[in-house]
Amino acid sequence: MTAVDSIDNGVNVQALLEAREALKGAPEAAQFTWRSTTRWENGVHTTSTVKDYSGLGADHEHKAESTFVADHPEVFAATDNGITPIEYLLVGLGSCLTAGIASVAQNRGIQLRSVEATLEGAHDIRGILGADSDVRNGYNGIKVSFNIDADASKEDIEALVAQSQKRSAVFDALTNPTDVTVEVV
Amino acid sequence: MAASHFLSERSVDHVVLERGEVANSWRRERWDSLRLLTPNWQSRLPGHHYGGPDPDGYMTMPEVVGFIDRFAALTGAPVRTGTTVTSVRRTDDGYRVTTDQGELACRTVVIASGACNRPAVPALSEAVPDEVVQLTPFDYRNPGRLPDGGVLVVGASATGVQLAAEIQRSGRPVTLSAGEHVRMPRVYRGRDVLWWMDAAGVWDQRYDEVPDLTRARSLASPQLVGTRERATLDLNALTELGVELVGRASMVRDGELLFSGGLRNVIRLADLKLDRLLTAFDEWALESEVEADLKAPERFEPTRVPASTRLRLDLRGGAIRTIVWATGFRPDYSWLDVPVVDTKGRLDHDGGVVAGPGLYALGLPVLRRRKSTFIHGIEDDARDVIAHLDGYLRS
Repeated sequence: MTAVDSIDNGVNVQALLEAREALKGAPEAAQFTWRSTTRWENGVHTTSTVKDYSGLGADHEHKAESTFVADHPEVFAATDNGITPIEYLLVGLGSCLTAGIASVAQNRGIQLRSVEATLEGAHDIRGILGADSDVRNGYNGIKVSFNIDADASKEDIEALVAQSQKRSAVFDALTNPTDVTVEVV
Repeated sequence: MAASHFLSERSVDHVVLERGEVANSWRRERWDSLRLLTPNWQSRLPGHHYGGPDPDGYMTMPEVVGFIDRFAALTGAPVRTGTTVTSVRRTDDGYRVTTDQGELACRTVVIASGACNRPAVPALSEAVPDEVVQLTPFDYRNPGRLPDGGVLVVGASATGVQLAAEIQRSGRPVTLSAGEHVRMPRVYRGRDVLWWMDAAGVWDQRYDEVPDLTRARSLASPQLVGTRERATLDLNALTELGVELVGRASMVRDGELLFSGGLRNVIRLADLKLDRLLTAFDEWALESEVEADLKAPERFEPTRVPASTRLRLDLRGGAIRTIVWATGFRPDYSWLDVPVVDTKGRLDHDGGVVAGPGLYALGLPVLRRRKSTFIHGIEDDARDVIAHLDGYLRS
């Protein structure tokens, strides 16, 4: 375990492994609910906030409330006060996969020096415009390119990236259907 | 029957209960073309080896039945055929076993009913429209019995790839839905890949040395087929046959089956694992005496992934007439009235020693070693487990 102990990617893998064991026998504590609220500003400009969530049988709050501004670009005839909602999906996927790489690397005793992900989502906007009913609204495909500098072989780095996808919440949410309920209260 | 062999050796009075005939599941619950994944020379039972002319071949099901029949005759196992166990209950001094032929009282019970009693079919199958015929490997015999037209095979284990190949060859276009899978070449450096698993010691790894035992015990069977040509049947071979690859089946919505967009990653995982396995083989060979007899190390072409995979399939349009659920099997312990089965239907045991006193198990994946999954794995397992049982009886 010397190799594992002497490397530090800043991930507390021991705590995660302990949580995994503890939650095996307590599935109810593993149920988390994440929340956000979105307020309409004007036009297609919105402000979303994220502060509280629940899990491990209790309510929790982040250290600070986070605010996310979304809008649409000027080429969409909008005010461009912030990024497009669909770009937030890239943000979510990139940060989830990168966090996964750090965690898996820590667990496998691989010291990371730098990790950079570049994401591209291919989007045919005729879908959202209703210009062609055969075109879907969402991404046609997403490409993620990782540039990783680490004390490991190319094969080990590829295995890190593959394992990170296997355990990624956002990768799963994007690649598999999710039941979505929208209601007016 | 392997247990019986060692019980007899230790003069422990016992009976073997069999619901049908000897080798029942091999006679009735397998498709026509199936052959063992292990080469004949590897088919070993205690005191009984393959003695035929083709040690590198793979037994057909009638040959397996003959092999096990001969073993039964050789051991003189006290088998009561046509006896279905309906209940096993704990008593003060052992167990009461109820069968459709009457009751038995015994001090110990060895559960050897297997890991593949029922096909495991995902819940999403319930939402498949009625016009699509749904089969499991237990119902499937040969492609000729399927309706003409497209077939979706779900699952890319040995079962899934074998059925996908033979159905595609019958002229029915096959779509194969693949989740995590285990890629293997049939032959590596001139030797059967299962020779390597045996010789390099992978199969001798003990259950308490396997890093993630739960995962090892639920791993899909490798993408192998036993043929005269010793052909490899990986996803590239299926693509060459014209099979269309899609991701894991996720859900049925509005009559459409939706597939995961994660196919590329499960394929990458399998390719990386294969390379690690071959590297381990090569490293072992360098240290062994056989290195000089082996062909040069090689690496196989990465699995080709379609540029864009299909994410949805209309089940009502008539393009798919049949779905074959090659999604694995699970054991059936519905007759076991002892609280030793977990919420996922798995037997709670430590290397075949079940949590209930005097209760034992044999013939489950990675029971005591990685090779426990295969026929030849039973000898060492049965010897160990019966030794424990004998010790329990004497204590």
